[in-house]
Amino acid sequence: MSFYDKLSVKQKQTLWAWGFLAVPIVFYVVVRFYPTANAIVLSFQEWNLLGARTWAGFDNYVTLFHDPVFWKVFRNTFVYLLIGTPVSLVLAFIIAYHLDKVRFLHGTIRALYFLPFMTSAVAMAWVWRWFYQPVPIGLFNNFLASFGIAQIEFLNSTTNALPAVLAPAIWAGLGFQIIIFMAGLRAIPKTYYEAAHIDGVSGWTIMSEITLPLLKPTIVFLVVFSSIGFLRIFDHVFNMTTNNPGGPLNSTKPLVLMIYDTAFNSFDMGYAAAQTVVLFVILLIVSLLQLRLLRDR
Amino acid sequence: MSAKLSDSNINDLEVQASAEALLRGSTAPVKRNWAQYVRWLLLFAGGILMVMPLAYMMSTSFKFPFEVYNLNLVPEEPTLENYTYVLEDGRFLQWFFNSLIVATLTTVSSVFFDALVGYTLCKYRFPGRYVVFIAILSTLMIPTEMLVIPWYLMSQQFGWLDTTWGIMFPGLMTAFGVFLMKQFFETVPDDFIEAARIDGLNELEIWWSVAMPLVKPALAALAIFVFLGNWTAFIWPLIVTTSQDMYTLPVGLTTFSVEQAVEWELVMTGAAISVLPTLIVFLVFQRFIIRGVVMAGLKG
Repeated sequence: MSFYDKLSVKQKQTLWAWGFLAVPIVFYVVVRFYPTANAIVLSFQEWNLLGARTWAGFDNYVTLFHDPVFWKVFRNTFVYLLIGTPVSLVLAFIIAYHLDKVRFLHGTIRALYFLPFMTSAVAMAWVWRWFYQPVPIGLFNNFLASFGIAQIEFLNSTTNALPAVLAPAIWAGLGFQIIIFMAGLRAIPKTYYEAAHIDGVSGWTIMSEITLPLLKPTIVFLVVFSSIGFLRIFDHVFNMTTNNPGGPLNSTKPLVLMIYDTAFNSFDMGYAAAQTVVLFVILLIVSLLQLRLLRDR
Repeated sequence: MSAKLSDSNINDLEVQASAEALLRGSTAPVKRNWAQYVRWLLLFAGGILMVMPLAYMMSTSFKFPFEVYNLNLVPEEPTLENYTYVLEDGRFLQWFFNSLIVATLTTVSSVFFDALVGYTLCKYRFPGRYVVFIAILSTLMIPTEMLVIPWYLMSQQFGWLDTTWGIMFPGLMTAFGVFLMKQFFETVPDDFIEAARIDGLNELEIWWSVAMPLVKPALAALAIFVFLGNWTAFIWPLIVTTSQDMYTLPVGLTTFSVEQAVEWELVMTGAAISVLPTLIVFLVFQRFIIRGVVMAGLKG
């Protein structure tokens, strides 16, 4: 106690601060930084969990570069991103824009759009998987059949399976994006619109000159947030294709599923670690692009 | 030092303001023309379409097998048999309980530590502060998927595989929460803390009984996000658990659904059981949750 009493106010505060941070620092070092370093080191090694870890240099990366499955998976991952992000953002913006102008049952309608966000991806993947089944099981095909329209192969087709898996992911995330867009729209001062009305500016000009530019921070945030989500897609794919994860013929397999397979089915830990490093680099580039875009504001 | 002061103070926040504005509903002028009616009708129809998957999930969970492939939303002969079957299986209760424990403990831990770290980085000036902040923030860039392999190896080494602790330990703190809380503690005036110091409270008491009550809305927002994230978490529990007794609800649901395969009414019942708790929580605390989402989304 006497030692503590001798300290200056500043020193006492420094002591308290480090005291508060002690446990969290241990956590971040042991559960975040050490594993990150471990994953990077492991990506230069060969290891099947049982034998010794042996150095492999860049072998894992070279193998990955020559692996046709990897390029297929790489392509799929970006298809998820390049379809998922624009579709969900455009839909969310249109809904948010119009919902903002509606007063009657406003809260109820908002709740309807938001509810799917509160669900678990695993549960909803199974619900949608049921919808996609062929006649007489699946809801969609039964619905089409009742109008006499031909059947659609959803999950069994190499071309339709990926959009079919993506749809529930977009559906579940829409509510969150709508809410964020609406908050962004509310933050635009009303006076801008009033001034535009007085000047007799047309609706489209208001949209492109006032609404969209002022919404830029919101749009950038949502682009990055949803991009990272789609790049890391796993739960939906895994659950909708459990009989052949990532199938048919790897047509739905995203990078995270390849990582899971390599590590926990083939036990090729070094190779899987190299894939995680590639994922990390992709996500890093997306995040840095965000910082760049925000700074240009 | 009471909650009275906190409200007026937090309300200065523009985020809070825009969240509140959102909750008050639309401020658009009331128009009564056909375009507005069409707009409303389309939005309402879209909203109904959005909840259709949930409606079919619920309705099918009350159907007998012979009715499952019908398109009707209201079962002709509603039955609780699917629920009796699924719950008598016993595993679902175990998984439900496991998920509840994991999600609750990680939420308590995250909210506590994230707030503590956020407060420290916000309110203390000490050597190394900036380095610690940047270091923690940088972990936001590291995807979970990169860490699952090292976590698995770590769990194997320490005997954490297939334990509740093993499922929980990666989620005990979140960098996102630290960032969020640091932002919100900026709104707590330094004068309050200084006054409490003069009153003779120690630093821990100041944080807990002066600063924490002032950021309650932010704590709640963080709690919602962490709980939902852990309740629905899939890939790490899938990897770390091996025995069915230890599964969380999502992992259990995957196993259960694969077993049932063609008995979709049972799969839907399982899905309903795992989704209903969060849906009910949302319907009850709707305003509160939407405010939390906006605050976390705009600040984070």
